[in-house]
Amino acid sequence: MRERASTLTTVESEVRHQIVELETVTVRFAGDSGDGIQLTGTLFTNTTALVGNDLGTFPDYPAEIRAPAGTLPGVSAYQICFSSQDIRTPGDQPDVLVAFNPAALKVHLPDLPEGGMILVNVDAFTEYNLKKAGYTSNPLEDGSLAKYRVYKIPMTTATLSALREIDLPAKDKERCKNFWALGLVYWLFDRPLEPTLRWIEERFKKNPAIAQANATALRAGYAYGDAAEMFTVHYRVRRAQIAPGVYRKITGNEALALGLIAASQLAGRPLFYASYPITPASDILHELAVHKNFGVRTFQAEDEIAAMCAAIGAAFAGYLGATGTSGPGMCLKSEAINLAVMTELPVVICDIQRAGPSTGMPTKTEQGDLLQALFGRNSESPVAVVAPATPADCFYMAIEAFRIATKYMTPVILLSDGYLANGAEPWKLPSIEELPKIEIRFRTDPNGFYPYLRDPETLARPWAIPGTPGLEHRIGGLEKQHITGNVSYDPKNHELMVKLRAEKIARIAEDIPLLEVFGEPEGKVLVVGWGSTYGAITSAVEHWQRKGAPVSSIHLRYLNPFPRNLGEILPRFEKILVPELNLGQLALLLRGRFLVDAIPFSKVQGRPFKISEIIDRIGELL
Amino acid sequence: MTHGGDGQGTVVKLTKKDFVSDQEVRWCPGCGDYAILAQMQKVLPELGIPREKFVFVSGIGCSSRFPYYMNTYGFHGIHGRAPAIATGIKVCNPDLSVWVVTGDGDGLSIGGNHLLHAMRRNVDIKIVLFNNRIYGLTKGQYSPTSEFGKKTKSSPMGTVEPPVNPICLALAAEATFVARSVDRHTDHLAYVLERAARHKGVAFVEVFQNCNIFNDGAFEPFADRSVKEDRMVVLEHGKPLIFGKNREKGIRLNGTTLEVVTLGDGITEADLLVHDEKRPDPAIAFLLARMDYPEYPVPVGVFRAVEKPTYDELVNAQIETAIAERGPGSLEKLLRSGDIWVIE
Ligand SMILES: Cc1ncc(C[n+]2csc(CCOP(=O)(O)OP(=O)(O)O)c2C)c(N)n1
Ligand code: SF4
Repeated sequence: MRERASTLTTVESEVRHQIVELETVTVRFAGDSGDGIQLTGTLFTNTTALVGNDLGTFPDYPAEIRAPAGTLPGVSAYQICFSSQDIRTPGDQPDVLVAFNPAALKVHLPDLPEGGMILVNVDAFTEYNLKKAGYTSNPLEDGSLAKYRVYKIPMTTATLSALREIDLPAKDKERCKNFWALGLVYWLFDRPLEPTLRWIEERFKKNPAIAQANATALRAGYAYGDAAEMFTVHYRVRRAQIAPGVYRKITGNEALALGLIAASQLAGRPLFYASYPITPASDILHELAVHKNFGVRTFQAEDEIAAMCAAIGAAFAGYLGATGTSGPGMCLKSEAINLAVMTELPVVICDIQRAGPSTGMPTKTEQGDLLQALFGRNSESPVAVVAPATPADCFYMAIEAFRIATKYMTPVILLSDGYLANGAEPWKLPSIEELPKIEIRFRTDPNGFYPYLRDPETLARPWAIPGTPGLEHRIGGLEKQHITGNVSYDPKNHELMVKLRAEKIARIAEDIPLLEVFGEPEGKVLVVGWGSTYGAITSAVEHWQRKGAPVSSIHLRYLNPFPRNLGEILPRFEKILVPELNLGQLALLLRGRFLVDAIPFSKVQGRPFKISEIIDRIGELL
Repeated sequence: MTHGGDGQGTVVKLTKKDFVSDQEVRWCPGCGDYAILAQMQKVLPELGIPREKFVFVSGIGCSSRFPYYMNTYGFHGIHGRAPAIATGIKVCNPDLSVWVVTGDGDGLSIGGNHLLHAMRRNVDIKIVLFNNRIYGLTKGQYSPTSEFGKKTKSSPMGTVEPPVNPICLALAAEATFVARSVDRHTDHLAYVLERAARHKGVAFVEVFQNCNIFNDGAFEPFADRSVKEDRMVVLEHGKPLIFGKNREKGIRLNGTTLEVVTLGDGITEADLLVHDEKRPDPAIAFLLARMDYPEYPVPVGVFRAVEKPTYDELVNAQIETAIAERGPGSLEKLLRSGDIWVIE
């Protein structure tokens, strides 16, 4: 969130509560991973999107499916920032914390600013739960929360009493308390219940009792807010003034899956997506498996090596071959990625980065695989690397990855991360006509066919697929003779081929957009980012620009090759700051490539940057 | 599978020559791989499949150079991964005849996992494993099929690991076609390769292959012409298991064990196990696969040949069902699925 929520106007509402208008609000739901926090957050987001706010979300959950209930590591959270203005991140800190138990309060309280609102489920503040969360006294009673606006709400008992007429075991009823709380938060922010009611009906079609219970709980939570004395006001965040168009809410993984399908449609070739389940990439496989009527073949391989190899086989056979994984899977794929480099076949490899090394923190975000993507294979192994900047951008970069892969006959690595993958934002739907065309030309003419005779402009070799009469040929991982593609150990030929493979990737720079500087084209500080840090960096830079400070930024969505004007932009600034969720990998590249004093700004906590962190760091350089 | 043609619909008769590539064969003189190559080039023209529909995929090893010598589409992959590459090819183009050539190290050590899963899934590919019980290309280390105690460069005091039996492994994975032959037994090898080629579903063929440089004579004790009748038994569907120079010996099933019996003295052909390659469960085939020299004759032939839906067929059938039920996908509609809203 760029600014603290500001009170604009106060109007009388028909009911006895006043409505206060706010520009931007950040709400965080937190509870046990078994409390349905992610679902609650997602449904709140869906409704918020539909009422026309701009928004950003940050789901933050433990790797364990059901970590021990009530414990600190078991806390799952979902943050959403929504606004009547244009926003780019899920907010630095919550204005409202909805805490379903003591552990959730304990974990998330440090993020809450003074005066922040806390809605707690008092029913969960039992001695047992307090002890589990490591509290020695009850924070609701010992005065330790004096700086905050605390609302003690009996969510469990209120839910049970709302559902007393419904014939369900008490345990099932109790599980409806997230819907009750959601209803209350809807009331608090003046949002309609209908989208969630529709969702409940659809989701529990086969279980009317559960549907009724959840719907009743939702309504009861809403009514509670309306009736309770404790709330004197509730809030309204107006529709955002955003560009006209048709919108939907989208996460990075959804956008990526849709982008792969779109690429296949634009190319007129079916998609083959091979993957081995891994957090946070699995949702792409799930999403693609649904869309078989687009001709999408999904292959749940026995491991990531097989997934990459099968995608190569698919590409050899003339399909759009893709694979998706996260860091540990990238390690396994690297030998096969090199096979795609050597055989010069178009495969798109999606790496949804997570905190490492090794298994690391599976559900936490990081940008640690940049150098791996560029260099993490034996020998000279150039591949194209792209990185979407926002969840919706995953759609466009997936198309772009396939456009490059098929035009240049090369593997392309797409670097997303956990933050983009699970974060959501409103997406203005593009018209199909404005999407790039992907032109596929299979070689069919046997006259003058050589497997490694390159296109003089792109240096791409011909794509000659099995089944084509007269083009029978052999490819593989051994070094190829220039043009003929026969196995060759000739020293000069090897050097030529190494250079040709590098040159082919370098030439892609002619075919990608130039960087646009956000702000003045020269000045004191240039902030250089890549991938998912776009929102936080841009908002921080905008903050300084509004104050008239000489700060600009550029954002790299193409990491290999770099956009061709990068080298011209860098020297026009006195200081170059490179915020990254790693220990300075892009900074290292910029220093090596351009001999500039790029200053790394690292964060490796498994969490995205806060806008304020970047604002402060820029401030130090001014 | 479409039949031989020149693209204009006329059937062209292919010959062995059509499958010989222009690349110089680089195996050591005397290597068993030559014999397998020759038989393959002899069998393929008989299948009535146009040449452009063949794809040979391999891993790494001496044996894995095979695709370079076949004038078909070919993919020399990376160590052990050929079954995965082949799966991608076959799923995307079920019309192709896809072959995997692998070695005992390639297929059973580094690539064991992929081999297992390709067989379990019943991908319609033909896998030929050249078993020389040694690592050839890396110059003579023991392999997963080297016999216990074998002395090699990497096991100067003898190995301390028991070998894996490739046929047992294939049967455990319930591969729908499982067979074995020997490089030098050319007619039998041709027969087995042709059977594999005509099988619908995964076909696993183990070929005993002599590496005359690093493991010369590995199969001679039972496969040599002078002794093979007595030390090997040829499995033939519907026929009793009889072997021996004078066809005087047989295999009998006694409870859950197989025993070698001599015909005569009250034991007749009727007492012998009759080979049934179509038997749905692979239990008897497994008993047969475990027979080894010197206790038993070494079995060759088709252990198992059953029909089951293939992986590639099922994957593509789901695509057709989805299109039939939902209509071909519309990108426009897909983007607008879920909750959308309009800003004016
Ligand atoms: C990843 C990897 N590890 C190791 C090697 C080295 N290597 C090449 S072939 C081979 C063993 C081949 O043995 P086998 O599969 O039995 O084939 P053969 O050469 O005997 O035909 C090894 C270990 C390699 N090429 N790649
Ligand atoms: S080393 Fe052995 S397996 Fe390899 S080519 Fe020579 S004889 Fe054949």
